[in-house]
Amino acid sequence: MTFINYASREINCKIVYYGPGLCGKTTNLQYIYDSTATQAKGKLISLATETDRTLFFDFMPLELGTVRGFKTRFHLYTVPGQVFYEASRKLILKGVDGVVFVADSQEERMDANIESLYNLEENLQVYGYDLMKLPYVLQLNKRDLPNVIPSPDLTSELQRKGEPVIEAVASTGAGVFDTLKAVAKQVLTELRKS
Amino acid sequence: MANGPILMRENRYHQIKAVLARLRLDSSARLVVLVDKDGQQIAVHGELGDLDTTSLASLVAGNVAATGGMAKLIGEDEFPTLSHEGAKESIHISVIGRILLVVVFDDRSSLGLVKLRSKQISQELASAFAEIERESATPGARSALPFAEITDEEIDSLFFHA
Repeated sequence: MTFINYASREINCKIVYYGPGLCGKTTNLQYIYDSTATQAKGKLISLATETDRTLFFDFMPLELGTVRGFKTRFHLYTVPGQVFYEASRKLILKGVDGVVFVADSQEERMDANIESLYNLEENLQVYGYDLMKLPYVLQLNKRDLPNVIPSPDLTSELQRKGEPVIEAVASTGAGVFDTLKAVAKQVLTELRKS
Repeated sequence: MANGPILMRENRYHQIKAVLARLRLDSSARLVVLVDKDGQQIAVHGELGDLDTTSLASLVAGNVAATGGMAKLIGEDEFPTLSHEGAKESIHISVIGRILLVVVFDDRSSLGLVKLRSKQISQELASAFAEIERESATPGARSALPFAEITDEEIDSLFFHA
């Protein structure tokens, strides 16, 4: 939930990167972290297993700049993608202002994408959120791999409501900031409406 | 969004800061932080040093969410307090509705004292935050949002450096 502090003149919003295991959620955050000036970011916290799989969440605060005298800060989170971390994945969605669904473009991950997307909708409902009303972006990741599904096919299968669809290769950074910008813009626009 | 934004006016901020300052003094704590359950830091008072309180807030919220999940699995609503004792520094967390009161303390204090003082001021903090929530929900507060009249150009300008 957006938190506006008039004393420190800050606006804080929460964005969650969701998607199936190994789709590149943490890679998105890692690229943003590596590419952002030190003064605009905090620490990147990764609660991961010994094999570097996300166990609970990754977190990094990112300051985008000042609007109308208020610093706008986005708290970026990832969820654990592996199916059996369902309980902790659900917890991260609490208070979310915007969601990025990171889809794995490889053919063999199509079922995992669909399962994760259903899981997202279900878990949002637990907190009273409706994906149809939430700031939301679909990222088609791993576009550089040889066995990817064509983007139009992937889009027709996974797009839910005409949300922005962004092709990405998170490991090289392609599409990573476009994705962040697309969701952050929706969050701020939503704030204007509220 | 399922709920509107939480707006904390300056007077409420200073009111909460004063309560935190009192708690810190009474409990001989190093630092007192107020966090909401979503991981947002609300206010902090004490010896910050180089402590990253933004990360602390996020991890405290994650910690409380995880232990809350465990509580439900065994038939409890939630665990109202959590304590982590280290060799030199310790943390005590009180769950007060949707806010979390975090006290960081060392051997100048004790867990018993921190628990007692935290409990004594929890109602005061709960009332202050209930007022903040009430004020945030009024139509007047919403229309006075700094972003109510923001333009598309202003939003775009945030991303020039990104």
